[in-house]
Amino acid sequence: MQRIPILQLGRNLLVTIQVDLMDQTALALQDDLASRIERTGATGVLIDISALEIVDSFIGRMLASISSIAHVLGASSVVVGMQPAVAITLVELGLSLTGVRTALNVDRGMEMLRQATEEHPDDRESDRD
Amino acid sequence: MTANPTATEGSVPVRSENDVVTSRQFVRKLAQQLGFSLVDQTKMVTAASELSRNVLVYGGGGDMEWRLRQDGLRAGLTLSFVDQGPGIADLDLAMKDGWTTGGSLGKGLPGSKRLVNEFELVSTVGQGTRVTITRWK
Amino acid sequence: MKNNSAAFETLLSQHRAQVLAEWQAELAAGGGGRSLSTEVQGTEQLLDALQSGLQAKGSIDNFDDKGWEKSREFLAALSRSRAAQGSTAADTSRFVLALKKPVFSGLQRVLASEPALLLHTVWQVSTLIDNLAQFTVTTYQRSREELINRQQQELLELSTPVIKLWDGVLAVPMIGTLDSGRTQIVMEALLQRIVDTGSTIAIIDITGVPTVDTLVAQHLLKTVTAIRLMGAECIVSGIRPQIAQTIVHLGIDLQGIITKATLADALQVAMKRAGFVVSRSKPAAAGAAAAPSAAAD
Repeated sequence: MQRIPILQLGRNLLVTIQVDLMDQTALALQDDLASRIERTGATGVLIDISALEIVDSFIGRMLASISSIAHVLGASSVVVGMQPAVAITLVELGLSLTGVRTALNVDRGMEMLRQATEEHPDDRESDRD
Repeated sequence: MTANPTATEGSVPVRSENDVVTSRQFVRKLAQQLGFSLVDQTKMVTAASELSRNVLVYGGGGDMEWRLRQDGLRAGLTLSFVDQGPGIADLDLAMKDGWTTGGSLGKGLPGSKRLVNEFELVSTVGQGTRVTITRWK
Repeated sequence: MKNNSAAFETLLSQHRAQVLAEWQAELAAGGGGRSLSTEVQGTEQLLDALQSGLQAKGSIDNFDDKGWEKSREFLAALSRSRAAQGSTAADTSRFVLALKKPVFSGLQRVLASEPALLLHTVWQVSTLIDNLAQFTVTTYQRSREELINRQQQELLELSTPVIKLWDGVLAVPMIGTLDSGRTQIVMEALLQRIVDTGSTIAIIDITGVPTVDTLVAQHLLKTVTAIRLMGAECIVSGIRPQIAQTIVHLGIDLQGIITKATLADALQVAMKRAGFVVSRSKPAAAGAAAAPSAAAD
């Protein structure tokens, strides 16, 4: 089955979506991320969608879910690299993805995650790893 | 699935999650063939994704019929998503949405409607549903 | 219906000169201020095209027939050039319809001894010429529409420049009414520039937008939402007092969009947010109040 790899970079988890996702792949990603965040005590999740040419309502909801799940588990998250055509289409679809933090690219996204952890350094126990 | 270069219409099955992905990619090819702009391609493929998924999830599987159009000087693409599922009981409700609320999207029909130029929904309870969308270049 | 193009073919080949002369006379008599030489050239070419159409077994009943391809091409080209020159649709169809009279009198001469066949052929040819005229008009209309659309597009693109105000700060001055077509163009151009320049802030200045009602506000909202989705921020500036009143009066919810009265104010906010400090190195001119330097938070 198609499975999206999750990379760990310090206290952050990195996900790069480069394939056309099947619904069950998206759901599996959600599950995988949730357990990885919990297991590793990650404080940040970055999802790179710069290769995604289509984001429909299902994928959109998945991104929103991942954001919420990360938040509940005490990590901040950011979605980076949305393509202009995708943004325009999402808006027309009526999806504004409120609650999902976004950034232009991986660099900005990592910067955002760093700032978020700096602002709330005591939110996560540091003896998890 | 490769498109016969001279064919102007056809049908692809939508019976599994894999089919939803394949139909998306097929629509992308067709839209590119017609020379749609990137944004228009994306809108059409996204609408197709929504409606294919509906066919699978609500209709119990079905087909996507496609047709290349030529209306005088402009080119277009028409897609019909057909299933023999339970049908939609309240069509008005299905087409209602709150654009700015961003809440539950249900079947995503009004959203899909905004992505295309022409949208037609025919549904009979107990018999099935047919959603036809057209996008012109 | 019996497809009897034989008589018509005979007419065009054996009596061509006469038909041509009479047709041109008709056109000249009709006036319209069109250059006679262009008309003359057109008539000869169309008759050529019709003759080859008949030879290619084009069906008199059906102008969409493959045999008439050359004729269709010629008429389409004629319509397009007339449309580009600003002729009316009437002018263009008149050119074709004026062919009827010379053809009918010609057929009368050719089929003088066969009245039944004459009637039949006249009817068929009349229908064919009607179809030609209709085709001409339809192509003409489409060409005009295409031309108008192209011009509109160019106008829209010209009036929607995306300007880089500073590192990471873009601005779009909107001029004219903001409709859905306009919004699409602005969104596409602006979003692409944001990606290309890595800008984090876009300022949309609506000083040049005459009215803002709920629809215009919706379009603005869509643009701002798209910008936010991509990870950049948006500020709307150029809100005139009347516009501000309309917005409040209509109860339009701007959903947290930062709005400023002037582009200058918007730039100030943008610079701050982008992390820049703006300070004055030289004292202000005597008599003018020194502006306090804007410091980053």
